[in-house]
Amino acid sequence: MAFEYAPAPESRSIVDIRPSYGLFIDGEFVDGRGSSFKTVNPATEETLAEIAEASDADVDLAVRAARRAFRGWSRMSGKERAKYLFRIARIIQERARELAVLESIDNGKPIKESRDVDVPVVAAHFFYYAGWADKLDHAGLGPNPQPLGVAGQVIPWNFPLLMLAWKVAPALACGNTVVLKPAETTPLTALLFAEICQQADLPPGVVNIVTGAGSTGQAVVSHPDVDKVAFTGSTAVGKAIARAIAGTDKLATLELGGKAANIVFDDAPIDQAVEGIVGGIFFNQGHVCCAGSRLLVQESVTDEVLGRLKRRMGTLRVGDPLDKNTDIGAINSREQLERIRELSDIGEAEGAERWAPACELPSSGFWFPPTIFTGVTQAHRIARDEVFGPVLSVLTFRTPAEAIEKANNTPYGLSAGVWTEKGSRILHMASQLRAGVVWANTFNKFDPASPFGGYKESGYGREGGRQGLAAYLKEADA
Amino acid sequence: MARIDVRKTYKLYIGGAFPRSESGHSYEVTDSKGKFVANASLASRKDVRDAVVAARKAFGPWSSRTAYNRGQIVYRIAEVMEDRRPQFEDAVRQSEGVSAAAARGQVDAAVDRLVWYAGWADKLAQVIGNANPVAGPFFNHTAPEPTGVVGVLAPQESSLLGLVSVVAPVIVTGNVAVVVSSYSRPLPAVTFSEVLATSDVPGGVVNILTGDASALGPWLAAHMDVNAIDLCGVAGLDNAAELATSLEVAAADNLKRVRRAPDAEPDWTAEPGLSPMTAFVEQKTVWHPIGI
Repeated sequence: MAFEYAPAPESRSIVDIRPSYGLFIDGEFVDGRGSSFKTVNPATEETLAEIAEASDADVDLAVRAARRAFRGWSRMSGKERAKYLFRIARIIQERARELAVLESIDNGKPIKESRDVDVPVVAAHFFYYAGWADKLDHAGLGPNPQPLGVAGQVIPWNFPLLMLAWKVAPALACGNTVVLKPAETTPLTALLFAEICQQADLPPGVVNIVTGAGSTGQAVVSHPDVDKVAFTGSTAVGKAIARAIAGTDKLATLELGGKAANIVFDDAPIDQAVEGIVGGIFFNQGHVCCAGSRLLVQESVTDEVLGRLKRRMGTLRVGDPLDKNTDIGAINSREQLERIRELSDIGEAEGAERWAPACELPSSGFWFPPTIFTGVTQAHRIARDEVFGPVLSVLTFRTPAEAIEKANNTPYGLSAGVWTEKGSRILHMASQLRAGVVWANTFNKFDPASPFGGYKESGYGREGGRQGLAAYLKEADA
Repeated sequence: MARIDVRKTYKLYIGGAFPRSESGHSYEVTDSKGKFVANASLASRKDVRDAVVAARKAFGPWSSRTAYNRGQIVYRIAEVMEDRRPQFEDAVRQSEGVSAAAARGQVDAAVDRLVWYAGWADKLAQVIGNANPVAGPFFNHTAPEPTGVVGVLAPQESSLLGLVSVVAPVIVTGNVAVVVSSYSRPLPAVTFSEVLATSDVPGGVVNILTGDASALGPWLAAHMDVNAIDLCGVAGLDNAAELATSLEVAAADNLKRVRRAPDAEPDWTAEPGLSPMTAFVEQKTVWHPIGI
């Protein structure tokens, strides 16, 4: 007999959500001059708060504040800048529970993940880059490298706080100031981060946060006084940004989409591989640009792998993001849910076979069960388009060469996975896969010391590690 | 009676062969005083596409060679060039209108630059890659890899030293190149392709097209099987700023890596630093659990 889990909800009482939020400019929360929009809890469709939509004029104010602050911040000794970043890292640790709960409420991700992955890795990024601030001469970019100026940063809704940390920590460590726009569906933790900046006594204007949708992001990216653009999001928007900054002096790093192959050989440790497949595609509801969304299984073990995968999927618990037992939370928005449904329907229409374990979904909110498609070919849209949801396409292969060819047969090149017990094969596969990150016998691991970024249309530049500093520094003028 | 000299027909260099332009077009090359020197092939859009196909075919094998081997081959280019210094000196003198001594200096510098880059082949990964101390039981390591097919618009003025300075960093890192030479000074590039052809450089690794960067650049920048583009040769062309912008816009269609056009042609005698190489490498990070 199966045992039922008792509900284990995390308390919301630690979080105080205000009814409305303004913009964070020059160290203060100010009212926006534009309109406003609502952010909702995707698990309940409850309106959480009214958020200001920054107009072009608001963005201009934020960029001016960042420019003014740049003078002092960039000239401050690295040793002192480091102390501010260490302070921020410590406050994030102090307020970890509050941040995790708020992230799960606003984004829909399970508390298990926001608590154990997102927030700890966010703190780790600030600690890691804090230590670089006074060591930039050793970053491999020549002596006395210089910051670029004002960084305009636009981040997505899948890891709202983590993406903020990836962008803000290295920018500040190098002496840049930032204007950051969080995604319109997940602005709350960025605004809580603004409070953390205040608590840390960060000089006004060093971090500015402007909330809004696409047009606000466009205003940030195209502002003439922004020196550097950092964007994480869709490939289509990444291309638009690359076009928009053509012919300017703006530099850019773009972290875009992916369609990662997770390759399982017949000698792989199957149970571990199944865990890796599940983590690879169902972590964060599959809202991960480097998700292992194409499973490539060696033909001889396909039945075994699929059998165990289906059994494992049957144990995944979908539901309340704040329940500590929840494995799969809510889809972040109605719009995204529609897209996942549409692509899944196309998968079926094109002849692939759809399977999902029986699971009861809550009656309100945005939900999609963990789903796999078998009988998928490379021509199927579900094997080519980024679904950005808990949907796995299963393909097969016979030889390593075939696996490499299929894995690389995509315009993307962000990540890949390899599962085999044979070390030499792992290294061979890793060298042949055209992707920026290769996880071997593991998947979806992140660390501030480890560079992350894509090949081909997954964008350019790296975030994390020593390489992540290159995006925010230039050689000293001779 | 005076001997009638044997004149050379200047051709393209694609996939290790020396074809004429498929278009049949050629153009007049004059020396710095405007005197007719030769006809050079005028590369067409189709030649660009053929060169990209040849380059793509060469990329897998070239990028899979050991760094040591690539370094040896780049050094071999320097050796063969050294042998043909008088010919290069003539070509540079004629193209650029400089004194014999200045031309000799440029050829020396070009040979020396190749030697310098040759030594980088097996060192770049050690200098810009690293082991990453992640917080967990994982082996984690990051190393550079070539981007792929790189379109190179070679400098318009520095016909040899400039050309070598943009081609060497691309190939020593394992990329392959489709190069558009200086339009008005193509002769050193033609001689350079003859050196490449006899230097153990596999066919297709470097493809050199003589022609107009303003006309060919847009096809290279828009080609979906080109991974990166070096816009150096745009400096000094008519409407350089507009052209550079339009090439960057075209390059965005498949997110090509772009090395931007300089405001004016750089001083090629200066130390290059690492950026010509790092502009065209990716960084690959590999994770593996540590356990028994």
